[in-house]
Amino acid sequence: MMTTHSLPKLIELEVGQVIGSTEFLLTRDSLVRYAGASGDFNQIHYRDDVAAAVGLPGVLAHGMLTMGAAVQVAVDWVGDAGRIVDYQVRFTKPVVVHPTDGAVLTVTGKVGAIDAEAHTVRVDLEAVFEDAKVLGKAQAVVRL
Amino acid sequence: MGAHESVHKKVTSLFVETINMRKTRRVVNINVQGKKYARTAVYSVGREKIREFAHAVKSSNPVNFDVFAAQTAGYADLVAPPTFAVVVQERSLATVLADPEADIDFSRVVHGDQRFVHVRPIVAGDELTSELTVASVKTLGAHSMVTFETQIFDETGALVCTAISTLVVRGDE
Repeated sequence: MMTTHSLPKLIELEVGQVIGSTEFLLTRDSLVRYAGASGDFNQIHYRDDVAAAVGLPGVLAHGMLTMGAAVQVAVDWVGDAGRIVDYQVRFTKPVVVHPTDGAVLTVTGKVGAIDAEAHTVRVDLEAVFEDAKVLGKAQAVVRL
Repeated sequence: MGAHESVHKKVTSLFVETINMRKTRRVVNINVQGKKYARTAVYSVGREKIREFAHAVKSSNPVNFDVFAAQTAGYADLVAPPTFAVVVQERSLATVLADPEADIDFSRVVHGDQRFVHVRPIVAGDELTSELTVASVKTLGAHSMVTFETQIFDETGALVCTAISTLVVRGDE
């Protein structure tokens, strides 16, 4: 199942250009899977009673799951996860995951800056849940 | 419980990462700023762990799953997703949260921001250790913001990734 993925060409890019957009469905299953894979077993990510007891509006997605899924938009664009050299986010709003419907996270990536000398592109990611941004300053520097 | 609840309601705009039901009232000890923690034991990066983590963050990138694809792209083995270093960072963070000198109340910790700066991607077969430094402790009203810098090294001693994490420790208002 090898697919040849040609790298985006730096000179063909423009700041502001949309590089991709993906909808991620985060279900309770996704949270359990992420808990196991990452080792973060904080109960607010899978137990309604614990979330309610600490005053949360519901079970929340791990911030690191939102961060990890969001960058996939940049990964898919460049075709190689190893080319993300610097990635940062700020956690600004929680993603509440409904027990049956889950939560839909819409991530859009845009070219934020181009560094021709370093041969890198900064991809600015916007992650939206229920019409609100959940990540601030979400930036992935991609080596082309 | 009423006052306790209202404090919690105020912070729902923050991303609540780690909470349990302890009710001790502490803030971070400012003196740990600059403190460096001992290197962690070796973390061996396995192929199946990379696949499991990649699946969990909803990756479909072949270099995360297919050894041939990774090697064709020039890597020694499967490439870990860009946020995989959190698994290694977590080991160092655990030592800080358990440090009585740092005096961080785990039940009040909220994840503020996160960054990974890679010298090279983490690949299967890596034997990693990490070394954490408390980069800064700042006070923001009743809260404290602690920034940790975790350097992750491979078996040759070369730096692979620096993970920077800011935790907000909520104080009483």
